[in-house]
Amino acid sequence: MEELRAKFINAIAEAGDEAALEDVRIAAVGKKGEVALKMRELGKMSPEERQVAGPALNALKDEINSALAARKASLADAALEERLRSEWLDVTLPARRRGQGTIHPVSQVTEEVTAIFADMGFAVAEGPRIDSDWYNFDTLNIPGHHPARAEMDTFYMHRGEGDTRPPHVLRTHTSPVQIRTMEKTGAPVRVICPGGVYRADYDQTHTPMFHQVEGLAVDKDISMANLKWTLEEFVKAFFNVDNVELRFRASHFPFTEPSAEVDLRCSWADGQLRVGEGDDWMEILGSGMVHPKVLAAGGIDPEQWQGFAFGMGIDRIAMLKYGIPDLRSFFDSDLRWLRHYGFAALDQPTLHGGLAR
Amino acid sequence: MKFTLSWLKEHLETDASVEDILYALTDLGLEVEEVSNPAERLRDFTIGKVTRAEKHPDADKLRVCQVETDEGSTQIICGAPNARAGITVVVAKPGTYVPGIDTTIGVGKIRGIESFGMMCSEREMELSDEHDGIIELPSGEVGERFTDWLAANDPAKVDTVIEIAITPNRPDALGVRGIARDLAARGIGVLKKEQIDPIQGNFPCPVNVSIDEDTRDQCSVFYGRVIKGVKNGPSPRWLQDRLKAIGLRPISALVDVTNFFTFDNNRPLHVFDADKVAGNALRVHRAAGGETFEALDDKTYTMSEGMTVISDANGVESLGGIMGGIHSGCTDETVNVFLEGAFFDPIRTAYTGRALKINSDARYRFERGIDPLWTPKGIDAATKMIMELCGGEPSEVFIAGEMPDHSRAYRLDTDRVQSLVGMVIDPDVQRKTLSDLGFSLDGDMAHVPSWRPDILGEADLVEEVARIASLSKLQGQPLRRSTAGVPKQILSPMQKREQIARRAIAALGYNECVTYSFIDHASASLFGGGQDVTKLENPISSEMSHMRPDLLAGLLQAAQRNQDRGFSDMALFEVGPAFHGGEPEEQHLQVAGLLIGRTGPKDVHGENRAVDVFDAKADVEAVLAALGTPAKTQVLREGASWWHPGRHGRICLGPKKMLAVFGELHPKILRDMDVKGPAVAFTIWPENIPMPRQTIATRPALHLNDLQAVERDFAFVVDQSVDALTLINAAAGADKDLIASVRLFDEFKGGSLGADKKSLAITVRLQPTQATLKEEDIKALSDKVIEKVTKATGGELRV
Repeated sequence: MEELRAKFINAIAEAGDEAALEDVRIAAVGKKGEVALKMRELGKMSPEERQVAGPALNALKDEINSALAARKASLADAALEERLRSEWLDVTLPARRRGQGTIHPVSQVTEEVTAIFADMGFAVAEGPRIDSDWYNFDTLNIPGHHPARAEMDTFYMHRGEGDTRPPHVLRTHTSPVQIRTMEKTGAPVRVICPGGVYRADYDQTHTPMFHQVEGLAVDKDISMANLKWTLEEFVKAFFNVDNVELRFRASHFPFTEPSAEVDLRCSWADGQLRVGEGDDWMEILGSGMVHPKVLAAGGIDPEQWQGFAFGMGIDRIAMLKYGIPDLRSFFDSDLRWLRHYGFAALDQPTLHGGLAR
Repeated sequence: MKFTLSWLKEHLETDASVEDILYALTDLGLEVEEVSNPAERLRDFTIGKVTRAEKHPDADKLRVCQVETDEGSTQIICGAPNARAGITVVVAKPGTYVPGIDTTIGVGKIRGIESFGMMCSEREMELSDEHDGIIELPSGEVGERFTDWLAANDPAKVDTVIEIAITPNRPDALGVRGIARDLAARGIGVLKKEQIDPIQGNFPCPVNVSIDEDTRDQCSVFYGRVIKGVKNGPSPRWLQDRLKAIGLRPISALVDVTNFFTFDNNRPLHVFDADKVAGNALRVHRAAGGETFEALDDKTYTMSEGMTVISDANGVESLGGIMGGIHSGCTDETVNVFLEGAFFDPIRTAYTGRALKINSDARYRFERGIDPLWTPKGIDAATKMIMELCGGEPSEVFIAGEMPDHSRAYRLDTDRVQSLVGMVIDPDVQRKTLSDLGFSLDGDMAHVPSWRPDILGEADLVEEVARIASLSKLQGQPLRRSTAGVPKQILSPMQKREQIARRAIAALGYNECVTYSFIDHASASLFGGGQDVTKLENPISSEMSHMRPDLLAGLLQAAQRNQDRGFSDMALFEVGPAFHGGEPEEQHLQVAGLLIGRTGPKDVHGENRAVDVFDAKADVEAVLAALGTPAKTQVLREGASWWHPGRHGRICLGPKKMLAVFGELHPKILRDMDVKGPAVAFTIWPENIPMPRQTIATRPALHLNDLQAVERDFAFVVDQSVDALTLINAAAGADKDLIASVRLFDEFKGGSLGADKKSLAITVRLQPTQATLKEEDIKALSDKVIEKVTKATGGELRV
């Protein structure tokens, strides 16, 4: 018996692959294996002999089975090791390509502005890009002879023969949306109106199309001091700074009275803008209290209601915030530019998650 | 509007620093655009005296000078012909920046001899074009600052020049006096009293003036007088300096006087040579149209009907309020001058100026509005100056028409400043502000001064008070929230949809572009546009002449530019308006994507390939799904002409409602737009996708089934023309309850099938809901699928 044990344990240890091991298994514990033959001999034994030989044989069978299982596992491990050794790849090879899309800075910044003003209760209003001169000028207290009309570098639409209406214009500002909104909703009202506007001007700092966002808040008691606070809050949130200093400077716009240009305290270092510190003042927007004639043009009684309006360039604040040097490049669709200044699809600006990553 | 500090001080008594004045101007709404301060630029130059000058041993034209300066005697090599002992000169010592040659002086050796500075010419200090030699000063002490010497001896050279931007509402600030008035109201000094003595004429005015009855609203009043026996010629130095400082070219004394008052008091004047006024009579009238007129700018203009013109017996001599004529203009030979001061209507002047494209200082002022009441004073002040400069004898003043009455008053509500602006300003201060600005107060009523045509209501009074008090003092006050609690959603469903579309496409790997809304006529025409109604009347270039009918035109141009930059593969998209007409409402929202080239650059995995229709289809379907498009859409053909006729599909809800289109672009389009293909694209009309009917957030319940699903494959041979979708829909219709999905996995053409046949293979997935499917159930269903498909397609099961 001991001989048998030594023989098979040895054979198991020496089996070089699964096939050899299987041969050993059959020879040892298979139906006709030597252990099985020994088992059969048990029947011929006396009860006393059997008492001793039976358990010993069973123990031998168990031992061989365990050794077989252990050897099988180690052979499998070795085979796997072998396979893995041959499965080496150069993982520094480039990955499969996955397209990286981008969101244009104009869209991104429009959403940032929207998120901030939404929190202050401003809805988003939109209007047509081709508009009548009535909405673009007259309702905004810019009559036909007003020098501001000539200064706006307006694009006019062609008028066909026999069409005697004054030519439509490409809106020179988003202000006509104010009027359309007031007509539609009446007072009180709070909206911002973002969108493309057009002026016939093209040089280093001007493009014939650019983007503005207009703000309008009309209520019983809104004052210019509320305007200043609103803009301060906006600038803080937009530029992600704790302190800002705005300077209101008297100016003139036909559609507001009083009117103010708003300057922002800032510093420039190496082309980087720092808001809220430094000795420079940068003009960022125009604003004022809505002119009584404009309220009236929008169907709102200026004796009962008053409010503020402001307008700023979306492209411009995008340039300031993100350090984009050239306005013209916004509309050139240069892939290098789009990839460099664009934003990831999931980078949606929110107040709770932050306006910029 | 440009002026100099010394000119300002003729009207304003002030000790304020330049900085304070500049700050106040900007803060008052007279935004300072540019300041030029020569004294600042030249502050390091000092006066020296040449004590010895000897020829340079190695250069004939150079002299070695010993110059006495504030730092003792120093050696300077100089090439100027007038460098000699005894002259008083201006010295730039080492370290001084010399603006005229844009150089900072250092110590140097010139032909072996050291030089410790430079003696300067006027041009080198940008004082004039004079460069014949170095400056020789008639006086001056060694070591004295040159700018101090200039201030004492030639102040115009160191006068600070200030340029401010004028908003259209402030014509009064187009005269130096108006600027001074604003500053005085702010507390920067005191406005000097105006001293204009009436000048009595010695004889009746020999030139008669009449204003036609129908022209009275275009020219309400005309003052004129002749000054006879003048001697014209260059104006004196002080006047020339003043005009030059603000960028005007001195012409002659008579003309310079009129320019002086244009800028001094916003009072444009005109001088005629009285001897050239044919018939000794001027008539102000509306042009009949067609008259021609040779103006002082040497150009000939043709009048349109209604323009305000001034004619003599020979015809039009002057364009009222805009420009005089060359024929009757003053020259050096003029001996009798007719001085004109009139009031021309702003609106008429603006229209005429715009129509004839004349930009003159007179037009600029008349169209914004001058002070009519100052007209007689302007005539007297100009007469006085002409007599001082040119001599002569004045006639009486001839007056045609009547002074317009612009008098009006508005109530000053001192509480209004607080309620509208949010500033607290003492009522007495408010009153004083207005009276400093020239308003006269009569109780609560503020009478508007004649030089402020912009003041047209109570709100204007508030603005004046706040402006002078300074809006910089305004403190922000929180804007009350419009609703209590958490703000509601503010984006409209369509605005939300636009954002989702944008981010969904970017997530698919596309780069967002924003292209111009206008494109060239040829490109617009290729995409169904280019009609006259979408044409711009005044485009800035022919590349931007028509409103875009479709976003793909702009994207293809963008792709073409990128191909020129060496990019061959790209995915571009845009979300924005397209224009199907020229009316405000003829604008619609489009979402467009464009794929060009291959799916990627050559790579180690060898998986890139040319983009094709099914890339565009995958992307358009993904975006449509993100926008909440209903599942049941049709794909129709017969799309617009810019698509490849056989390789595009319109995704529709019913035959009329097109949600999107995808496909390969027509090769002709690529050829015409110079784009290298392959190019596939899609366009989505988000406004056409129906909004979901229900607005509740709850989803329908999810029923999960534990019974085993079974899949069976079928292949059918059908005509080539049969749409796969027809086959899929037919199979799915075999049992709507049991069939969970039908997936097409193979299309095969050729081989033994014959030229006009193809094989389509599908996997049908059956999901039992009640009991596990038995073989005979599956058989029955399979038969039904086959029956439905063969009936719908005319094909047969492939065996």
